[in-house]
Amino acid sequence: MTIIVLIFLYIPMIVLAVGSFNKGTDMATWEGFTFHQYSELFRDSALLRLLGNSVIISVAASLIATILGTMAAIGIFNMRSRMRSAVMMVTNIPMTNPDIVTGVSLALLFAFAGIMLRINNILGFFTLLIAHITFDLPYVILSVMPKLHQMDIDLRDAALDLGCTPIQAFFKVLIHEIMPGIISGALMAFTMSLDDFVISYFVSGSGFITLPVEIYNYTKKPLQPKIYALFTLLFVVIILVMVIMNLLQASDDKKRSQAKHAFVGGKGRVGI
Amino acid sequence: MLMSEGRNIPRARRQRMTKSKILAAPYLVWMVIFTVIPLAIVIYYAFTDSITGAITFQNISAISTYIWIFLKSIWLALVSCAICLIIGYPVAYFISTRQNLSTQRILYMLIMLPMCMSFLLRTLAWVALLDDTGIINRAIMSLGLSALPLVRNDGAVVLGMVYNYLPYMILPLYTVMVKIDPRLIEAAADLGASHGQVFRRVLLPLSVPGIVSGATMVFVPAVSTFYISQKLGSSGTTLIGDVIESQFKTAYNPNLGAALSLVLMIMVFICVAIMNRFSDGDSEVIM
Repeated sequence: MTIIVLIFLYIPMIVLAVGSFNKGTDMATWEGFTFHQYSELFRDSALLRLLGNSVIISVAASLIATILGTMAAIGIFNMRSRMRSAVMMVTNIPMTNPDIVTGVSLALLFAFAGIMLRINNILGFFTLLIAHITFDLPYVILSVMPKLHQMDIDLRDAALDLGCTPIQAFFKVLIHEIMPGIISGALMAFTMSLDDFVISYFVSGSGFITLPVEIYNYTKKPLQPKIYALFTLLFVVIILVMVIMNLLQASDDKKRSQAKHAFVGGKGRVGI
Repeated sequence: MLMSEGRNIPRARRQRMTKSKILAAPYLVWMVIFTVIPLAIVIYYAFTDSITGAITFQNISAISTYIWIFLKSIWLALVSCAICLIIGYPVAYFISTRQNLSTQRILYMLIMLPMCMSFLLRTLAWVALLDDTGIINRAIMSLGLSALPLVRNDGAVVLGMVYNYLPYMILPLYTVMVKIDPRLIEAAADLGASHGQVFRRVLLPLSVPGIVSGATMVFVPAVSTFYISQKLGSSGTTLIGDVIESQFKTAYNPNLGAALSLVLMIMVFICVAIMNRFSDGDSEVIM
């Protein structure tokens, strides 16, 4: 069953990868092997710029969302339970709302702001950035929160009692404890941003668009097979990143289990 | 834990807590401006006239013409949800019961990997596979049979939904199942429960939170999709997402679009609330 599902999940990827080496433009007919699409891809500066746009937006949005979200998680964690559940409800809105509704509501907000501020063409880099930060934030908060709950709060209090300023206590103690949550939140935010189409589609103008939005525009016109080449390259990069992450985690696990043996009984030094 | 927190907190810590709360302020301001106010604007647009700006119920009453599209969207999303559950459940169980942790991790990544790639292109690849002159039909025709109508029908749209959102079902199921103590299942089997009984009385109840969050994560994007139905469907499979998209991008009637979005949003919240009731109320969304 698992194997059938994996084949099902990967068939389209294989079709695209094979299509990228095809001489013809139709994915369904094989006309011979070529690297032509790849050389076309690297000559297409417009397409590469769009890829750059996507990366810029995703990095900027996930970075800002990670900082804002981590701060927020600490703040929310320290709230009384009633206040906390009210805030978490608002946090859950963008998570449960269909993307299309989030996209539409932000598009209307920006249109409204455009009228108010008398800016004709408000949709662009900043609207896209704002939208991405908005849908990234809940992912960061939801992955930092559990780490705060797991953490021993006395550690921070000990640091404060021993004369740390709250800021020192944060950077010397707290941040190390919640780092895995921050990293996984940031990564999740980054991938969400990179792959987002629906929300970006509604809040981007003609001035600044990301790769998925352009792919959508492409798929309305006759297809450009160099997109498949780009896709195949991205696929290879992602596989490499995943393999590296996997290896890192495996070696980390090994270290952890060794560390556990070394500190039998005690908590051990908490590694990041 | 949350309840007991209130009383036994030393004063020094309480003061620190009050100070730390300020850290959430920028986030709260952000969420009010970019989540709460936009939703208020959606409501405002839904109840005003596009030209005069006067308050009207016209947009809301116009929705009655789209009732069948709404029902069809819900129906197709539910069917996809059910198929995802039937396919995803055994897969998640298989992964969570691997003894070797790194095997588990590799399988988990293999399931997750397709989600990192552009879903537009992957859906397009299905069109190339299923089209009348696509890869599958060419293979069928080369065997001397006549081509099958594989695309531009409800089945193809459901296939697209299942394909795109299956990982969203498997991952939360896995997260829940991996935490189930295997000794519980052994104990049930030792005490004479058949395979079916173990499944019905032990495994299934314990995996309900995973089922609920998986079903939510499949249903919400499936019911509001517009790309899948555009590419794999026909004019007969117009979904509510298509209608909303066209109101904003081609027909340009944002007021009707806002009204439809509002109804879609309320509907999704009701569905999610119903699903959450099945899991004893303590379901934090499991990612």
